[in-house]
Amino acid sequence: MSGFAYRRRKTTSTLVLGFCAASALVAVGVLALILGFVLAKGISSLNVDLFTKLPRPEGEPGGGVANSMVGSLLTVGIAALIGIPAGVGAGVFLSEYAGARLGNIIRFTADVLTGVPSIVVGVFVYGMVVLKMGHFSALAAGIALAIIMLPIMARSSEEMLKLVPRSQREAALALGITRWRTILSVIIPAARRGLVTGGLLAVARAGGETAPLIFTALGNPFLSLSVAGGPIDALPLRIYRYATGPYSEQHQQAWAASFVLVMMVFAISLTARLVLTRRR
Amino acid sequence: MSEGSRGSREATAALAVRRPWRTGNTGDAIARVVVAALGLSVLALAGLLIYELIDKSWQSITEFGLGFITSTTWDQVARKFGAAPAIYGTLVSSLIALVLAVPVSVGAAIFLSEMAPPWLRNPFSFLVEMLAALPSVVLGLWGIYILVPWVRDAVEKPLRSHLSFIPLFDGPPFGFGMLAAGLILAIMVLPIITAISRDVMLAVPNSQREAMLALGATRWEVISGAVLPYCRSGLVGAVILGLGRALGETMAVTMVIGRGYNITASLFQPASTAASTVASEFNEAAYGLYVSALVELALILLGITLLVNVLARLLVWRVARSPEVIAE
Repeated sequence: MSGFAYRRRKTTSTLVLGFCAASALVAVGVLALILGFVLAKGISSLNVDLFTKLPRPEGEPGGGVANSMVGSLLTVGIAALIGIPAGVGAGVFLSEYAGARLGNIIRFTADVLTGVPSIVVGVFVYGMVVLKMGHFSALAAGIALAIIMLPIMARSSEEMLKLVPRSQREAALALGITRWRTILSVIIPAARRGLVTGGLLAVARAGGETAPLIFTALGNPFLSLSVAGGPIDALPLRIYRYATGPYSEQHQQAWAASFVLVMMVFAISLTARLVLTRRR
Repeated sequence: MSEGSRGSREATAALAVRRPWRTGNTGDAIARVVVAALGLSVLALAGLLIYELIDKSWQSITEFGLGFITSTTWDQVARKFGAAPAIYGTLVSSLIALVLAVPVSVGAAIFLSEMAPPWLRNPFSFLVEMLAALPSVVLGLWGIYILVPWVRDAVEKPLRSHLSFIPLFDGPPFGFGMLAAGLILAIMVLPIITAISRDVMLAVPNSQREAMLALGATRWEVISGAVLPYCRSGLVGAVILGLGRALGETMAVTMVIGRGYNITASLFQPASTAASTVASEFNEAAYGLYVSALVELALILLGITLLVNVLARLLVWRVARSPEVIAE
């Protein structure tokens, strides 16, 4: 073996592996860069008014985004109320009832649905709900977010339910417990950690969504608690409006609101992770 | 006993094995119907989605026909709509994203699966997942105030002064435009491609690596000769899933692409994608044909992403289910 060829192979290996390590650093560096700006700019414009006051007329200083936070809680709450039970139900069907062929068709469709752009879901709900009701509403926004959550939730809960050992099902049935009671009081409790994690991740995903809200929630500078009564605000929607507007006062609030949104999304994702990995 | 009844008894036995807890209980019947309805709702949703978009865009489909895809006019006043600039913008911005993100993603995935010790692998994977969890609108805000000025001053100006003979790098440096959109999409698909590539690489059996090492291969030769070929279709699937995400990504792109309706070779010019056009114009659309044209854009976007996702899922599923991987 010639020493030259060997050295060349070693050098190539070192160079390529160096590139790979650098790539990993780039990926993490980009995150640090974005988070750094959101933290720095967000914290410096953060104040109590942001959480307690309503938006001021354009161009005037002060005010807050309390209406958007309430609106986000309301829309995501509605979405969770619809999307999580429906998703878990679909997951139960996939893991406990469906035959191989139908199960695979549903699984495949759910996987493909998770790839459908959220803006397309927004247009769909606009046609199905907003036009039929005649106005924008928290309900329409909640349905749009629930549709985004459903396939994610169905797939994650199926995976979690499948992890419950078959022996537990058989033990319950051997005691004469009916099948639906077995699912409700044995299988679902056994898988609850995973189900909670899946639900939290779906909520985190829905909470950051903006595109489907444009044509379902629309936005509203006033505080609204109405589920089906009219337009409602949401934090991502307010950030979009402020970020693309001309007022520097609003830009500051967009950074502060982004900081709050990112912290909420990360806190939920982190909780989801801890729930899953915590040892009993 | 006749041949027929034995056959049917065997069939019943087989059924009983497949469904060991079949009972004749009312609660069970209700539960079964409810969860079956929820399971089938996934299929119904997909069907309804396609039907509704076709229905709402029918006016535009009949008005413009196939010309909708090839026409470059997008004129609200003259009531003429063509999707070519939006389709072009969607494809080009996603292409830029892939060109930038794929080498870095695969490199990062190799680092995570082949090089990093476990104590480093988990925190790094976690950080990559955090990048994926960033809301798109926050990336857009960062894009407008940090990325766009940087792209204009540090990327577009130097490129223009040195490489303007290439049409891609010619034209006034706006900042807002195709290049900024491609960059922000690259940031968004990076964590997706990295995470899936890492998973398919981790699924490669160690015996493959050991065999290569036993032949005296260097670490890179192990990766290029054993690991990458073994999970090739999974990697392609990961890239295509990233593409699917890039094609449909809306908010961040809408905020940095600059709303231009011309097809130009220059990457510095404002452009638009199907998703960004729908997002920025839907609430302004004042008459039926305009709304219908926007819905048709959404329908085209749905068609492209469905195609891409079906392809990607088939590839990733094939890897995940190949017998060698299961054996491992």
